[in-house]
Amino acid sequence: MIDAAHLWLIPALPLLAAGIGALTPRSGRRLASGAAIAAMAGAFLLSCLALQRALADPAAHLYANFTWFELGDGAVRLGWLLDPLNAFMCVMVTFVSLLIFIFSLGYMKEDANFKQFFCFLSLFAAAMLGVIVANSLLLLFISWELVGVASYLLIGFWFHKPAAAAAAKKAFLTTRIGDLGFLLGLVWLYDATGSLLLFDGGHGVLESGVLGDLATQVLASGLAVPTAISLLIFCGAAGKSGQFPLHVWLPDAMEGPTPVSALIHAATMVAAGVFLVARVFPLFAADQVLAAGPLHALTVVAAIGAITALLGAVIAVAQDDLKRVLAFSTVSQLGYMMLALGVGSWVGAIFHLLTHAFFKALLFLGAGSVIHAAHHEQDIRRLGGLSRSMRTTFVTFAVGMMALAGVPFVFSGFWSKEAILHAASEWDVSHLPFYATLIGVVLTAFYMTRLLCEVFRGAPRSPAAAHAHESPRVMTIPLAVLAIGAVALGFLGTPVWPWLQSRLTGTPIPARPLLEGGGLMGLSIVLVALGLGAGWALYGRRVRLTATAPDPLAAAAPRTWAFLGDRMKFDSLYAATLVRLNAFVAALADFLDRRVWGSAVGFLARFAEFTGVVNSEFDDGALNGGFNAASEDIRRTGRAYSRAQTGETHGYLRTLAIAFVALALLVLLGGVR
Amino acid sequence: MSPLQFCLIFSGVLFSVGLAGALARSNAILVLLGIELMLNAANLNFIAFWRYGPASAPATGVIFVIFSIAVTAAETAVGLALVIAIHRHQRSIRLQEATRLKG
Amino acid sequence: MNAVLILIALVTVGTAIAAMAGRNLLHSVLLLALAWTGVAAFYLWAGAEFAAFAQVLVYVGAISMVVLFAVLLTRRSRDEAAPGPAGQSRALSAVMAAAAVAGVLVGAILRSPLAASPGPAPAVTVRQLGAELMGPYAAALLAVGVLLTVALIGAVVLAAGDRTGQPEDNP
Repeated sequence: MIDAAHLWLIPALPLLAAGIGALTPRSGRRLASGAAIAAMAGAFLLSCLALQRALADPAAHLYANFTWFELGDGAVRLGWLLDPLNAFMCVMVTFVSLLIFIFSLGYMKEDANFKQFFCFLSLFAAAMLGVIVANSLLLLFISWELVGVASYLLIGFWFHKPAAAAAAKKAFLTTRIGDLGFLLGLVWLYDATGSLLLFDGGHGVLESGVLGDLATQVLASGLAVPTAISLLIFCGAAGKSGQFPLHVWLPDAMEGPTPVSALIHAATMVAAGVFLVARVFPLFAADQVLAAGPLHALTVVAAIGAITALLGAVIAVAQDDLKRVLAFSTVSQLGYMMLALGVGSWVGAIFHLLTHAFFKALLFLGAGSVIHAAHHEQDIRRLGGLSRSMRTTFVTFAVGMMALAGVPFVFSGFWSKEAILHAASEWDVSHLPFYATLIGVVLTAFYMTRLLCEVFRGAPRSPAAAHAHESPRVMTIPLAVLAIGAVALGFLGTPVWPWLQSRLTGTPIPARPLLEGGGLMGLSIVLVALGLGAGWALYGRRVRLTATAPDPLAAAAPRTWAFLGDRMKFDSLYAATLVRLNAFVAALADFLDRRVWGSAVGFLARFAEFTGVVNSEFDDGALNGGFNAASEDIRRTGRAYSRAQTGETHGYLRTLAIAFVALALLVLLGGVR
Repeated sequence: MSPLQFCLIFSGVLFSVGLAGALARSNAILVLLGIELMLNAANLNFIAFWRYGPASAPATGVIFVIFSIAVTAAETAVGLALVIAIHRHQRSIRLQEATRLKG
Repeated sequence: MNAVLILIALVTVGTAIAAMAGRNLLHSVLLLALAWTGVAAFYLWAGAEFAAFAQVLVYVGAISMVVLFAVLLTRRSRDEAAPGPAGQSRALSAVMAAAAVAGVLVGAILRSPLAASPGPAPAVTVRQLGAELMGPYAAALLAVGVLLTVALIGAVVLAAGDRTGQPEDNP
């Protein structure tokens, strides 16, 4: 039986593997990859045991705190936490990571830096697991930053490609903007409560006593303190989870190797933000008791989530790069999760997070399999016809696509999305997020149908696609396992049997009959069918014949299409505003320096020069005669002494040492006082 | 030998090691590091006297060390910048060759 | 005096000697980082936690990194060629000078009547340190701040060199 005090083993195992990977020589490919996979398998088993322990008493938060170090009279304490929420997360992260590691064996086989890749992967997984099991926001933040570093290393893994290096930098800096807010939030929280532990026998920041105190504090501007802290923490979550307006890093991060995309953009890093908000959900909800507050933190979360969900889905329609379509669909799905958090259904968010991790990892790995087979061709206009040559990949990819699109009853995405729709429809603040999710459902089904038809139907439209053949077993078996998960996971949380929901909250949730929300479910089915039908009508019935043929939608509305294809010009917008603002300020400072201060200084200098000239005339004429004679003597002495100045530093130092010894001996032996 | 004496001797030996390094090596970076070691030995003395010395203001020794560390940081930054400048001018950081300042 | 102190001293001096005598510059820097950690351990042992953390942060964290950068930037130089006779004689004289200094120091320490107070380490809290820094030592703190700023700018100017890329006073 595993307890909270043993929980550190879960991140420690991959960390150990990363250490082994770092120390093995470049040729130690088997050792590095073997250590990484073995450690991940061990961590998975431990996570299963932890889940079993947590489910034995789902309402309890088991924790083990310890003192990290003491500083004067204060102590910094950290801890590990075990409850159903993070036990489920642990199992999901370790399982999906394990499959991705195995897939990488095949995908990265020919890479010269194979062993570094596994070292970085292990480091990343260790950091992510650290985020999950931490019982202290400080520990969580440390791991959180480690996730950032590891993602930088992984996204920029092919650093010889300039685009990859730039993408890594962009991801790092963009998430750092959010992390700054997170850090400020932590400092403020510590100042307000005196603790960063989540649970600590009544003194932790998530426990009712502390939260109750916190909720009574209101700032001068009328903003409640917990609202402000929550919004700062949300900055960090939005950065990591690619929420609007910090979503720009996520699509660029596709420059990394595809297993990295699967790991970062499906199961772990982007999920970290959603997990963080779910983890500290009581803090976000603390201001709900204040009816008078001008703004509730969760309202902001819901609004950002809704914007992101819609935005990602719209942009994904017009992307031509296989991985970028998936990237924007990830942005959109993360928006769904944030929205669920915002409308108060953190359980729904976690449910969608878990199912999304499986089917999105499946889709990314499937894309990886396609890219691997087609010699790194990832433009969907130049692929096509792969359903015949890559049978397994096609079937599993189709399963993932239907799960993401939310095809009813069989696939997990349907159930988790239904949970979010249900929560959004019941939110009493505004119905706009609900409408956003409905539009998102149509668009998701549409663009995924487009993707599937373009890649797998018709005839190959480039030599690379024509010569593609199925990937090796080591890559297809993880796909098959994930496909099973993408179907089966949905049944853990259906309305008629809400097992996952009741375990997560620790209180039994009454089952809803399927037909009670019948109108909503029917609506959702109709919308999915609409999206699938539209996609089939545009891309399935008449397949694209050549790589250069224009997209049917592009032909209909070329300007909108170009606008969307350019990702709604967010990058250009940032370049035009933020970057230019920066340049403007720099230019202004330069102008002030050169013209304003510079001319003032210049004037003073002229004046000084003028007085100097007057002075020197006086000197030369009147005073110098006597001094010249005297200075000749000084010059001669100086010349004599300057011979000792060899310019050799060692000589000076040695002279110093000898002089010191001589003086000391004089004092000690000679008795000079 | 009292603990204080032991600490002082520890510091003295560390100082001498740094001095030997600074005198013996020709690489400018190593010379700089030897000097760092000597400064560390001096800091060690502060703490030793703070710990065992006659009671005075309780924080003085630590504050001295903090200031000393700050000054050392500045010194290292400038020192290494000088090393890099020397390297740029003569493609070498052997100190014997950096004798252009001789009188 | 206890075994921990002796161990710390041995490790620190040992790594320092190895660093100063080593042939590989990178190894020297890493060994020195160990020696600095040893000094930090001594501070911890003596009860000066704050100084120990400052030591770790500044030396092990920052200075060793900067030194590593400098080592890598100046790597192409013909450093540490085989020690010729001149190098050997210099090393010998260096060790002799250092030994003389060590002898004088140890002799002086052993001969001095040092009154060691056997009591526990004076307790200093971070709050106290902060109050001292902001109170009686505020002027010194400001001076150190200015010094650090000036050193930083100076280092940048020195290391960045002239714009044109021409060594300004090459004969």
